[in-house]
Amino acid sequence: MHPARKQRLMLVSLVVVLSSAAIGLVAFALRDNINLFYPPADVVAGKAPIDRSIRLGGMVVEGSIERSDTDLDTTFWVTDYEASVAVRYSGILPDLFAEGEGVVVEGMLDKGGALNATQVLAKHDENYMPPEVAAALEGKSGPVQTPQSL
Amino acid sequence: MIPELGHVALIIAFMLASGLAVLPMWGSARRDVAMMNLAPTLAVGVMLFVALAFAFLATSFLQDDFTVAVVAANSNSLLPPIFKFSALWGNHEGSLLLWVLILSGWMTAVAFFSRGLPLVMVARVLSVMGMIAVGFLAFSLLTSNPFERLLPTTPLDGNDLNPLLQDPGLIIHPPLLYMGYVGLSVPFAFAIAALIGGRLDASWARWSRPWTNVAWGFLSLGIMLGSWWAYYELGWGGWWFWDPVENASFMPWLMGTALVHSLAVTEKRGVFRSWTVLLAIFAFSLSLLGTFLVRSGVLTSVHAFASDPERGLFILIFLALVVGASLLLYALRAPAVASRVSYGPVSRESLLMINNLVFTVAATVVLLGTLFPLVMDAFSLGKYSVGPPYFNAVFVPLMALVTPFMTVAPLSRWREDSAARWLHELVVPAIGVGVIAAASSFMGQQGFNIWIGLAVLLAGWVSLGVVKDFLRRVKGKGQGPFRWRALSPSFIGMSLAHLGFAAVVLGAVVVTQENQERDLRMAVGDSEELGGYRFELKRLGQLAGPNYVAEQAVFEVSRAGELLAVLVPEKRRYLASGQVMTEAAIDASLWRDLYIALGEPIGEGAWAVRLQYKPLVRWLWLGALMIGLGAIVTVFDRRYRAQAQTRSMIEHGVVGLAS
Repeated sequence: MHPARKQRLMLVSLVVVLSSAAIGLVAFALRDNINLFYPPADVVAGKAPIDRSIRLGGMVVEGSIERSDTDLDTTFWVTDYEASVAVRYSGILPDLFAEGEGVVVEGMLDKGGALNATQVLAKHDENYMPPEVAAALEGKSGPVQTPQSL
Repeated sequence: MIPELGHVALIIAFMLASGLAVLPMWGSARRDVAMMNLAPTLAVGVMLFVALAFAFLATSFLQDDFTVAVVAANSNSLLPPIFKFSALWGNHEGSLLLWVLILSGWMTAVAFFSRGLPLVMVARVLSVMGMIAVGFLAFSLLTSNPFERLLPTTPLDGNDLNPLLQDPGLIIHPPLLYMGYVGLSVPFAFAIAALIGGRLDASWARWSRPWTNVAWGFLSLGIMLGSWWAYYELGWGGWWFWDPVENASFMPWLMGTALVHSLAVTEKRGVFRSWTVLLAIFAFSLSLLGTFLVRSGVLTSVHAFASDPERGLFILIFLALVVGASLLLYALRAPAVASRVSYGPVSRESLLMINNLVFTVAATVVLLGTLFPLVMDAFSLGKYSVGPPYFNAVFVPLMALVTPFMTVAPLSRWREDSAARWLHELVVPAIGVGVIAAASSFMGQQGFNIWIGLAVLLAGWVSLGVVKDFLRRVKGKGQGPFRWRALSPSFIGMSLAHLGFAAVVLGAVVVTQENQERDLRMAVGDSEELGGYRFELKRLGQLAGPNYVAEQAVFEVSRAGELLAVLVPEKRRYLASGQVMTEAAIDASLWRDLYIALGEPIGEGAWAVRLQYKPLVRWLWLGALMIGLGAIVTVFDRRYRAQAQTRSMIEHGVVGLAS
């Protein structure tokens, strides 16, 4: 075979092998590792799956944070002013986590409709609201005072 | 007065940049020497006026001029002066000004160091960079004016800089990162200039290569600092989060890695030319995409400053213009510059092609994971998030795939080589590395771990290649220190970067596998064992800083009864904003870090505390430092210096064979 053609053949076959490997990997990795975001209203309405990890976002209900005296277990409620979901978490909470502030939690729902969180994400900046939370709260307001940034 | 002067300086810079974007390019089309000669002068002019604007804004920050909106929003009279200065780029408007300043700095550097290049090339390169400058200066002036005043409702004091950003790491992280990000505009400009001129030969690659290496080196350093900063400042000991904004700088780095290697082939052998051009376009486009992702507020991240859809739209249009125009130009001109040199299936060219393919694929899968949630959201298909498991699952195997070739490639021959020769040279040392790897998989504190064995195997294999290459080069060059002179900066730089990569692989795998972490409740007098160390909480205290008050916890760390360190993590509350921040305490060493962070007080004098034992975590940043410095060292190579004196008109293809 002509060397230039041989080269091209080699290149093409390498590209094919590598890209199919990559596509396979991507498909495999995406299948298990993406989380869909749900506002509390959807969770309460039963629209969220209970056998896989989801993201839930909203405001932490004032007066709802309860800490254990002996370990790091914490429970709190997350609301979008339409509905609220209870969240259980064991570990250290981020610095900007507070009542009446926006939060995104990741974890699995149990059969009772409470979320066992594996991760709690708060904002990095006091004036910043995660876009998902801002969208979930859009046009809604409630008894809990909303921060100025909304 | 000062902010207005700054605004005027920025407008003048915009006008000069417009001149630079149009006149030399037009001159190059009409062969008008006088017009082309304007390019360096205009480039320096843009730099001077942007620097002036920058200096005026810095003055406003240092003088606490709270009539200026960005100063009021991001500074405070209590802030230490150095943070007042760095607050300049701790916000959208100011960081954009820094972006333009660095771009104009690169333009000036090109104007100075390209005196040996053909005038028409210099004119076109600077003109292309001028176009980019026009885009970003317009962006700054039209949507994000840093000099906007807050009149008449001027606040008495500023809002303060986000406490996360009040840190020495942040003083240097953005400038270094931007040096890399923006520096990729130079190879891009060279690629576009070459496409316009229809001349893509080995000398083009030789001109473009040092710039690419330096930009990529700075990008490596910037990413490293970002990771290090996140490690100690975000408070929880993670070093890479696959956060979209990290990805925004990592994608150009991956594409840049491919480009750096592809340029080597183009320079030495004259092949891969159109591919190299395409990579240069992609790398800079990913830089722009990164800028869009970070600046448009579509992301949830520490870097996402207050969002403004107008700004996002501006960058998106600019991005589309740049990518669209350059790809169109590529489509029209690239076939004309295809190469005619051939190489065998077993050769250094082929090995470098594997590097190129793997890194391009890696950049693509990271891009997919980063954009997937945005695309789904844009089409209202749900709000997804793609987390670290996805990125790890696709990225780690790709890196494991490419690493074995890193040993062979530097040792192999151009054009034609044989696998039998590689086998002959490498089989004995490979067995040695294999034995060490097998032994080291038992060395962790938690017993046998196959991943550590594999990491040692890969890292050892790469180091083996570097050592072999080194021995081969100094062989027969005499004795004593003189034989070091036989090593070219190119070789030293490459070896340093490859060893750095090995260190990153080892550090990343070991710290991921052997990390020990415990969250617990601790009161004064409590102690805890972790990783063979004993942590005891001795007492609690308070401290008043310049602009914050802090709760402190004093820990004594001991091993086998011997006191090793006293660590004092803090919980700070910043006065101006009331924001609470975790300040971790770290006992660092080459082999392990001990990391303590305070969570929150949980009653009766007790705190939630996180203790961590992180073996080899320093190797990550040390390795990245070696990669960055290695890339920068290569520009001191004699052959790049020579280009300043001789107007080389080297024919493609044959050049590299001699070196």
